[in-house]
Amino acid sequence: MENLIALLIAAPLLGAAVLLVGGRRLDAVGHWIGTLLSTASFVIGAVLFVGLLGRSADDRTLIQHLYTWIPVESFQADVTFRLDQLSMTFVLLITGVGSLIHLYSVGYMEHDERRRRFFGYLNLFLAAMLLLVLADNYLLLYVGWEGVGLASYLLIGFWQHKPSAATAAKKAFLVNRVGDMGLSIAIMLMFTTFGSFAFGPVFGHVGGTSEGRLTAIGLMLLLAACGKSAQVPLQSWLGDAMEGPTPVSALIHAATMVTAGVYLIVRSSAIFNAAPDAQLVVTVVGGVTLLFGAIVGCAKDDIKKALAGSTMSQIGYMVLAAGLGPIGYVFAIMHLVTHGFFKAGLFLGAGSVMHGMNDEVDMRRYGGLRKYMPITFITFGLGYLAIIGFPGLSGFFSKDKIIEAAFAKGGTEGWILGGAALVGAALTAFYMTRVMLMTFFGEERWRTGSGAAADGHDGHGEPHPHESPGIMTIPMMVLAVGSVFAGFFFNLGDRFLHWLEPVTGHSEGHSPVSALTVTGATMVCLVVGVAVAWAQYGRKPVPAAAPRGSLLTRAARRDLLQDDFNHVVLVRGGEHLTRSLVYVDHTLVDGVVNGTAASFGGLSGRLRRLQNGFARSYAVSMFGGAALLVAATLLMRAV
Amino acid sequence: MNPVNYLYLAALLFTIGATGVLIRRNAIVVFMCIELMLNACNLAFVVFSRMHGNLDGQIIAFFTMVVAAAEVVVGLAIIVSLFRSRHSASVDDASLMKL
Repeated sequence: MENLIALLIAAPLLGAAVLLVGGRRLDAVGHWIGTLLSTASFVIGAVLFVGLLGRSADDRTLIQHLYTWIPVESFQADVTFRLDQLSMTFVLLITGVGSLIHLYSVGYMEHDERRRRFFGYLNLFLAAMLLLVLADNYLLLYVGWEGVGLASYLLIGFWQHKPSAATAAKKAFLVNRVGDMGLSIAIMLMFTTFGSFAFGPVFGHVGGTSEGRLTAIGLMLLLAACGKSAQVPLQSWLGDAMEGPTPVSALIHAATMVTAGVYLIVRSSAIFNAAPDAQLVVTVVGGVTLLFGAIVGCAKDDIKKALAGSTMSQIGYMVLAAGLGPIGYVFAIMHLVTHGFFKAGLFLGAGSVMHGMNDEVDMRRYGGLRKYMPITFITFGLGYLAIIGFPGLSGFFSKDKIIEAAFAKGGTEGWILGGAALVGAALTAFYMTRVMLMTFFGEERWRTGSGAAADGHDGHGEPHPHESPGIMTIPMMVLAVGSVFAGFFFNLGDRFLHWLEPVTGHSEGHSPVSALTVTGATMVCLVVGVAVAWAQYGRKPVPAAAPRGSLLTRAARRDLLQDDFNHVVLVRGGEHLTRSLVYVDHTLVDGVVNGTAASFGGLSGRLRRLQNGFARSYAVSMFGGAALLVAATLLMRAV
Repeated sequence: MNPVNYLYLAALLFTIGATGVLIRRNAIVVFMCIELMLNACNLAFVVFSRMHGNLDGQIIAFFTMVVAAAEVVVGLAIIVSLFRSRHSASVDDASLMKL
C-alpha cells in the first residue's frame, strides 16, 4: 500500500508536465486531462484512506522511501513520504476540494484562450501542496513549500496582461519569500541542533535540547507559517491575490497554500510543545490576525476582498488553536477542513455571481440576486451559515471548539485569547451577513442603469444576471453539502479527535468557564453580529457609492494601512538604507581605494622626473652612488 | 720613487675622466674619458700589485684592457650608427626612449 503514496503526487505532476509541455494541440482536451488527473489523485487518496481505516489506530503511519536525494555521509536527504492521519486529512482535503475546483474551472474559464495552461498550473499547485504535506523531512517539505509559492505566483498573475495582476503576483511571491527565509533558517537550525531534518530524528531529540534553541526554531517556523498563511505581519499579499481568477482564490484559500502554515505548526507540534514562549507568540499572532482579518473584511466592498479578509481571520483562528498546544491541534485541523469546505463554496459562489454579472466585483452594484441565481444563492447561503457558526452546521462545531480551547488555556492569556475569539465570531457574523445582504437581498442596484453599470464594463452595459451552468453549480452543491454536514460528522462521537489524536496528541484543558457558557456566549455574539449587519444593510437601502465612514472604516478599507506601513517602514527604510550604503561606498570604500591609487600615482609622477633622458644625469647618479658606496665602506672600516 | 705618487696620478686621471663624462656632450669625447677612467684603474691596479708584491693586480689590468678593447669596438659601432642616423654625436640628443 505504501507504494501508492508517490502516485498521489505523480498524477497531478504528470498533468502539469503534459499540459505545459504539450502545447496547443492539447487545447481542446487540456482541461479534462487536468481534472481527470486531479480526480485520480483523489481516488488514490480515498483508497489509501480506506486502507488506513482498516489498520489499528497506532499503526496508521505509512512510509515510502523513494530514493536518496543527497547521499552525503553526514547530510542525508531522502525523498521519503510519510502518510499518517494528519497528512491523510490534508491529502483528502487538497485533492477533494481541488478536484471540485478543477471541475468548476472547466466552466469558469471556458472563454479564456489560455485555459490549458491554467489547468497545468492548477495541477502543479496540487502536486506541490501534496509534496508539502507528504514529505517525511523538512527539506523535502521545503521543496513543496517553494513549489506552492511558484504555483501561486503563476496563478495569481495568470491574467498577466493586467498590470494589477502582475503586481499582485510579485507581491505574493516577495512577501512569501520572507516567510521562506524563516523556514530555511529553521531547517538549518534543526540540522545544527539535531544533525538531521527528518521528522523522526528531529522530534525524537527534542527532549534533550535547550529551550532557547527550540524557541528559536519555533519562531522561525512561525515566520514561515505567517508568510504562507497570511498572518500578521506578512498578511499583505492575500488581499491583492484576489487579482487571480476566482477558482484560484478558492484553491488558495480553501485547499492549498494558506493551510500550509497551519500544517507546518501542527506537524512541528513536538517542537512547539517544548517551547512555550514560541507557542505564546503563535497564539498572539493568531489572535491578532483573526481580529485584523475580520475588521478588514467588514469594510471591503469588493466581494472577493471581503472573503479574503474572512480567510485571514479564519486562518487566524486555526493558528490560535495550533498555538494552544495539545488542547488545540485537533481543532485547528478540524476547523481547517470545515473551512476548506465552506470557504471554497463561498469563493466558487462569488465566482458564479461574477460570472453572471460581467465580472463585476463591487457589492454595491449587486443586490437582489437571489431571484436570478437560486442555486448560487442557496449554496452560498449554506456556506454563509456554516462560516458564521450557525448551530448544527460545520463552522459551529469547529469554531466553538477553538473558542473553548482558547478559554481553556487558562490564566489571563486564556481570557484575552478567548475574548478575542468571541469578538472575532461577532465580527464574522457581521461581515458575512453584510456580504450576503448586499449581494442577494435588497434592491437591484445593478439595474440603476446609466451611471453605475453603463460606465464601461467591456461595453456590456447593464448586466443580465443568470445562473451559472451545471458544471459550475455541481461543485458548489457538493461543497455546500460538506459545509453543512462535515462538522456534525466529525464531531459524532469525537470521531475526528480519535482519528487525529495519535499524531498530534490531545489533552483536555481546564476551562474557567463551562463549555455550555462558551457556546452561549458564541451564540450571543453571533446574534449581535447578524443583527447589527441587518440594521445597517438589510433594513436600510445600501448606497451605491460608499459613504465616507468613520476613521476605522476608512483605515480598514485600506487594509488597516498595512501597505502604507510596509511602504513607510520597509520600502522607505530600505531606500534610505541603500542610499546611505551607496554614500558610504562612494566616500569611504572608494575614497580609500582611490586615495591609495592617487598617492601612488603622485609619488610615481615625482619619481618619473628622475628619468629625464639625459645620459649624463644618469652618469651623475651612478657616480654619486659609487661615491656613497666608497664613503660607506671607508666609514665602516674606520668604525 | 714612492709608489703612492702613482696612486695620486691614477686618482687625478680618474677624476679628469669622470669630469669629462659628466660635462662633455660629444659622445666620442665621453667615450675617450671612459677610456681614461679605465686606464686610471689599470694604473692603480698595477701600483697595488707592485706595493703588495704579487701579480694579481697586473693580471686584472690585462683583463681590463681586453674588456676595454671589446667595449671600444661595440661602443664606437653604436656611436657611428647613431651619428649616421641622427647626424649628431651629442649624447643629449639620444633621448628617444624618454617618456
